[in-house]
Amino acid sequence: MIAHSIFFYFFSTIAVISAIMLTVSKNTVHSVFFLILDFISISCLFIMIGAEFLGMIMLIVYVGAVAVLFLFVVMMLNVAEQKNEWFKATDSTSHIPVGFIISTIIFFELLFVVGGWKYKPNISNAISLEINDSMSNTHALGNIIYTDYIHLFQLSGMILLVAMIGAIVLTFRKREGVKKQSYFRQISREKEEGVQLIEVENNKGVKFDD
Amino acid sequence: MTEIGLGHYLILGVIIFSIGIIGIFLNRKNVIVILMSIELILLAVNINLVSFSIFINDLTGQVFTMFILTVAAAEAAIGLAIIVVYYRNKGTIRVEEIKSLKG
Repeated sequence: MIAHSIFFYFFSTIAVISAIMLTVSKNTVHSVFFLILDFISISCLFIMIGAEFLGMIMLIVYVGAVAVLFLFVVMMLNVAEQKNEWFKATDSTSHIPVGFIISTIIFFELLFVVGGWKYKPNISNAISLEINDSMSNTHALGNIIYTDYIHLFQLSGMILLVAMIGAIVLTFRKREGVKKQSYFRQISREKEEGVQLIEVENNKGVKFDD
Repeated sequence: MTEIGLGHYLILGVIIFSIGIIGIFLNRKNVIVILMSIELILLAVNINLVSFSIFINDLTGQVFTMFILTVAAAEAAIGLAIIVVYYRNKGTIRVEEIKSLKG
């Protein structure tokens, strides 16, 4: 039990500190690295409390895909010129006190909720998919997402498909003046478009108008 | 203090959620950091769902966490594509210069 609490405080401290560093870091690339650190420590917490599959999925999807995507975009765009300005606005705005007030209000509201809630008395009747220790977390999740939640699972696949198509359509651009091979035009060419048979008379040349 | 219960995880989620909101408000640099703050907020929601799922012994929360993860990945891809297109058109992604809508 003591090891559990030590690891909890270790990983959650890392998570909170890296979240703060993500917010205040001057360099955007450092922000992305702190985001990766945050995801790693939270997925360690998930693995620690027994949601191994979700912890590993977090590592694969967030660290392996989303954070690398962020890193690519940060490196493609020119954000280096804004490296040394830190929450600094050119015109005087009141965004810093307003932001602090709103987030403090939300923080204390959520703290009150966390401090004051309790379970419904008949909560055990509402549990539909009980976790049993006879099978692993991955096995249990696999048993239900392909049966009870199959429609939602398919729907999330559709969401990913739409996101992929949307990202491609948004960033696709047709450049002018680039010579490219068009397989469709190449294959669908007919003989009449390309070849011309001409009877050439004797002692007369052939004139093409090209 | 040494007994780690559900409340500890919920408070961790609360802290990360609030840091995400502070990040959205305070940021004057570029939109990418705002997107990362949104990812932090989704992460806090995931912490809540998973810890409730573990502590009341119900697997449904983990299934929904997986769907939230899917939506977060899709949202990150679309948002970054929009940022790239915006940068290509306007040449900047500074937050204070993105005010064409006068919002």
